[in-house]
Amino acid sequence: MSAATLTVRSSKAAREWGPALIVAVAVIGGWQGAIAAFHIQQFLLPKPSNIATALWNDRSTLWPAGWYTFKEALGGFALGSTLGVLFALIVARFQRVGSALMPIAIAANAVPIIAFAPIFNAWFDPLQPTSKMAIAGVLCFFPVLVNTLRGLQSVRPQQIELMRAYAAGEIAIYRRVRIPTALPYIFTSLKVASVLAMIGAVVGEYFGGSFDALGVLIRSDAQILDFVTAWAGIVVASVLGITLYLAVAIAERVFVRWAPGGRDV
Amino acid sequence: MTEPTTVVSVSGVTKTFPRGNVTALQDINLDLGAGEFISLIGPSGCGKSTLLRVIGDLVEPTSGAVTINGKSAPQARTDRDYGIVFQDAVLFDWRTVAKNIELPLEMLGWDKAKRRARVEEMLSLVELTGFGDHHPWQLSGGMQQRVSIARALAFEPALLLMDEPFGALDEMTRERLNLELLSIWQQLRSTVVFVTHSISEAVFLSTRVVVMSPRPGRIAGIVDIDLPGPRSVETREDPRFFELVTEVRELLRLRGEHLLPEEEAAAAREDA
Repeated sequence: MSAATLTVRSSKAAREWGPALIVAVAVIGGWQGAIAAFHIQQFLLPKPSNIATALWNDRSTLWPAGWYTFKEALGGFALGSTLGVLFALIVARFQRVGSALMPIAIAANAVPIIAFAPIFNAWFDPLQPTSKMAIAGVLCFFPVLVNTLRGLQSVRPQQIELMRAYAAGEIAIYRRVRIPTALPYIFTSLKVASVLAMIGAVVGEYFGGSFDALGVLIRSDAQILDFVTAWAGIVVASVLGITLYLAVAIAERVFVRWAPGGRDV
Repeated sequence: MTEPTTVVSVSGVTKTFPRGNVTALQDINLDLGAGEFISLIGPSGCGKSTLLRVIGDLVEPTSGAVTINGKSAPQARTDRDYGIVFQDAVLFDWRTVAKNIELPLEMLGWDKAKRRARVEEMLSLVELTGFGDHHPWQLSGGMQQRVSIARALAFEPALLLMDEPFGALDEMTRERLNLELLSIWQQLRSTVVFVTHSISEAVFLSTRVVVMSPRPGRIAGIVDIDLPGPRSVETREDPRFFELVTEVRELLRLRGEHLLPEEEAAAAREDA
């Protein structure tokens, strides 16, 4: 890579990320200023600088707790998404299974599954990560299923005709047409699922969990009115959630680089 | 009359679609010799695309039979005896141009080196050398259709089925691709079945033009095109060209006149 392309790349990065960075700095600066200007109480909204201090002082408890919760989210994400894709493949392949199960799956997709968090804690040991993985997994499952199925079914009829003209069997059609067509849909749903997984894990912990977990930490800090530390916990949860989202987005760039939308020529 | 040189033989083919009880094709008989270029022309709803699909075993006839190279149509499809080109290029966005052309070769189990070599040949045949690494959306409509033709011809099928391949292109691109297609056909000597809406395109390209009439879809007449080859830009200005165009047009009009406007509209809906 020459120096010239490096310059082009960094100036392109500056153009892409610059505006967002300016807004972020302005919001945090405005937040800090508004609290001083309007004398907002600390328990309502702490200063960003205080949150940053708490983040630093409690780093030895916050980040390990975040990592603990992140692993729960990751486990649920992997489990729910894998099952969602597999289930979609089965439903797309066997239409009878589909017509029996899809209306139920679509209805279930609209259910606020997070409301089941206390029930899941009762079903599984609330102190074990499995109960949170279960919630995160169920949250991820339905959007991945519904989107993957839509992707598998959005193949143009002529593409199938072409494959049939080449005497392709069902497996070849799936491998060479349906699955590649579905990939952008799958990644869109995985991005949604990555966010839901973190929500599922943290909210699941609000209803009880190990003291190593971030959700439990945030809740107990809030109960003893230590809102600054609770906010610091939320920042940790956000950073980890964004990290998971970005990991999926990077995987999408790698696997779907052909897509006209994501063209980086 | 199944001589050894007959590539496609359609005998007594009828196709009815149960929905709306439409007779798309009625008692079609047609033999194609090796190296022939046959156009199927007719108004919307005359069943020309259906006939093409029956030949390719993509639609099953209600009665009658098709043989290709002496085999049944399903057997011919399994043996990959024909290549097909649709009105849309039907390229796969996730594959590069080269990979799109390779697709049928992959299905045939060719090894990579052999595939690569053939793709280069095909790219030069359709005058797209150097575009192998492009993605389909980076090409114009005419170029995409050339890729699609290269893909259909990559495994050297004896038979090429084309369903209005240039129907979506502008007039200038269409005329240029007509010439290119003729030069490819002269090089490869394959048999071509070409569905079109355009009378001049059919006359310009073909050795025979099969004129079809709608409701039910039937062969209204066959016009032998005795224009001298190789055909060129001048062919379109030949007085004989105009005579043949007129002949085809009159056959079409003769059979199309009894159509009421609402029938025509219904036929067009079916076609779509």
